[in-house]
Order: sequence, then structure tokens, then C-alpha cells
Amino acid sequence: MSRFKEVLFRPIFDENPIALQILGICSALAVTTKMDTVITMSLAVIFVCTFANGAVSLIRKEVPPSIRIIVQMTIIATLVILVDQFLKAFAYEISKQLSVFVGLIITNCIVLGRAEGFAMKNPVGWSLLDGFGNGLGYSFILIVVGVFRELFGSGTLFGVPLMKSVTEGGWYPTNGLMLLAPSAFFIIGGIIWAIRAWKPEQVEED
Amino acid sequence: MEHYLSLFIKAIFVENLALAFFLGMCTFLAVSKKMETAIGLGIAVVVVQTITIPVNNLIFKYILSEGALSWAGFEGDLTFLGLISYIGVIAAMVQILEMTLDKYFPKLYNALGIFLPLITVNCAILGGSLFMVERDYNFTESVVFGLGGGVGWAIAIIALAGIREKMNYSDVPDGLKGLGITFMTVGLMSLAFMAFSGISL
Repeated sequence: MSRFKEVLFRPIFDENPIALQILGICSALAVTTKMDTVITMSLAVIFVCTFANGAVSLIRKEVPPSIRIIVQMTIIATLVILVDQFLKAFAYEISKQLSVFVGLIITNCIVLGRAEGFAMKNPVGWSLLDGFGNGLGYSFILIVVGVFRELFGSGTLFGVPLMKSVTEGGWYPTNGLMLLAPSAFFIIGGIIWAIRAWKPEQVEED
Repeated sequence: MEHYLSLFIKAIFVENLALAFFLGMCTFLAVSKKMETAIGLGIAVVVVQTITIPVNNLIFKYILSEGALSWAGFEGDLTFLGLISYIGVIAAMVQILEMTLDKYFPKLYNALGIFLPLITVNCAILGGSLFMVERDYNFTESVVFGLGGGVGWAIAIIALAGIREKMNYSDVPDGLKGLGITFMTVGLMSLAFMAFSGISL
């Protein structure tokens, strides 16, 4: 039971893929202006990460080490194509907004990093769980950033107006910076600062 | 000619892959501690980008797009295989480049070292190919876009490495040390690069 908890929850705060391992940052920044895209992206990454880990773990004893990276890439690319086609069929608008970033899950280092670092050495069950946990850790950062950016950038959450903006006759002057690219860097930098203030053992030495 | 020049400038500054689209961030943040390594990686990205984007352009146009294989009696649309073919091409190109450099330019090969294989999973490369498909570039445009995108990414990482080397001398709060302050720095750089976004060429 304790191992279960550890494998599932460690990636969220203790070993967060984005804040500590520097994995999978690209997409975390680009899709976070709106909560709709954040949730879609999170679900996509959780799905790909879980099943890629599972599949890699299943065949870990059959694959010769020299070609393992390309085998892993093929598995991941296949899963991403599934997600991409699914989104195009059932959520076309969101898939348009995510543009190239669904495809870029292939090169999202979280997926390959966990496949290589965990799934190659552990049985299927734990690997599935580890993939799921890392997907959650990724989603956690994405959701925090997304909430900040959408709430302060346009005064809405999931498109529902919470703070009525000045342009629509309300009281809240929207912060345009939040919708621009650089704000995501500042927010993630802040999150890292917060996590490390809370867990000082993660602080890097010079 | 003017069209290509403006595409080139746009790919470097206005649509900088690293600072405007956040592509290749993982390597961008992890490998920018030292100037030399940043330059090595930057050059590797320029080379791989300039080769893979045009090759993927040819693959898209003559194999995957609808009706491209009609001469062989196949009328279907293969674009859903896009992702897997592009990443395959990138992995293969990186491998070939590695072997060629090893054989004919051992000096350059040693300088690039581990960065070449790393480039396979650099999202700037795959992202470049996907943008090329999305924006419907033709062959020449994709060569120019590949070169420009690569150069833009290289400039960004070299600039960041310069700033980080200087930053060794400054007193950063404990929790922000390392990754945290790097994020903030990149944010400021990206803010500076936004000044180019008003330019229309």
C-alpha cells in the first residue's frame, strides 16, 4: 500500500516532472492561456504517459537495448496519433487551438523519460501507476498556471466570466501580460520557488 | 527573393521557436549552463532543422497527402501517419548525420558529442516540421524556414547561456536558485523578443 502511494503521489510534489526534473516544459507553457485546452492537454498526456509506460514495460524483456529508443518512440507516436485523431473527430475546435502541441506530446520528455527511467525496469502494474502519477504531476502544474492565466488574463474560468472585465462594462481591468507568452515563465518560476520554499531539500547548490 | 528574406527574418525573430512558441524548452533550460555547450547544441539544431524540415516537406507532399500516390493506384489520404513518419525521419536523419560526421568530420563530431542524439527528442525539430505542414510551405520555403527557425533557436540558447554565466556572480534567493531563476530570465528574454512581434515584413 505504501509503495502504491509513493509511486502515485511522489511525482506530484516531491519529484514533479516539470518543477524538478525539467521534463515536458514546452507544452506546459504554450497551451495554458485557457482552461479548456489545459484540461484536454492534461488528459491527453495522462493517457499517453500511462499506456506508453505500460506497453514499454510489457515488452521490456524482449527488446534488445540497442534499438529500445526507437521502439519506445514508435509506441509513443502510435498512442499520440490515437489521441490526435480522437480529438480531431470529437473536439475539433480544441484540437485546432492546440494546433501542433498534441503532436508534440511525442517529444514531450516526460513520456520518454519515464518509459526509459521507470518502465524499462519495473513490472507492468507499477509502470502504469508511475505513468499515471507523472501525468498527474504534469497536469497539476498545468492547471495552476492555467487558472492564474485565464483568471487574471481574461477574468474567466472555462470561459465563464467570474470577474467582469472593463471591456464588457465590468470592473476588472484585464491583465494582458497574462495572455502573452512570458507570463507562463514567471508563474512557473514562482511555483518552483513556492515548492522549494516548502521542501528545502530540492534547492539546487551553485 | 524578398518573400524568402522576410520569411527568414520572421522565423528568426518574430516567431522565434524557443521564445515565442516555447519549443525545445527542456534542452533549452537544461543545457544552457555553459557557453560552449550552448553553441554546440545551437549549431546542431541549425543543421538538423535545415535538413529535416525540407525532407519532411517532400514526404508530406509526395507520399502522405491526399492523392499523392494515385500514380500507384492508391487514392487514400495518409496524413494520419504524419506524426510517426516525421519522427521516424528525424530519428533517421540524426543517426545518418551522426555517422557521417563521425566518418568525415571527427572534430565536429566530438564537439557536438551527446547533443546530436538528444536532438531527436527536441520538440523544436518536430515542431518545425509540424508548423511547416500546418502553414503549407513549399519546398524552398521549408528550406528557408528550417534554416531561420534553427538560427533563431541557436541565438536564443546562446543568449541565455551568456546571461546564466553572468548570473553566477549574483545573489539569488535559495528557493529560486538554478531552475527558478532561469525560468524568470527566460520570461524576461521572451518579453524582450515580443518587441519584434509588431514588425510586419
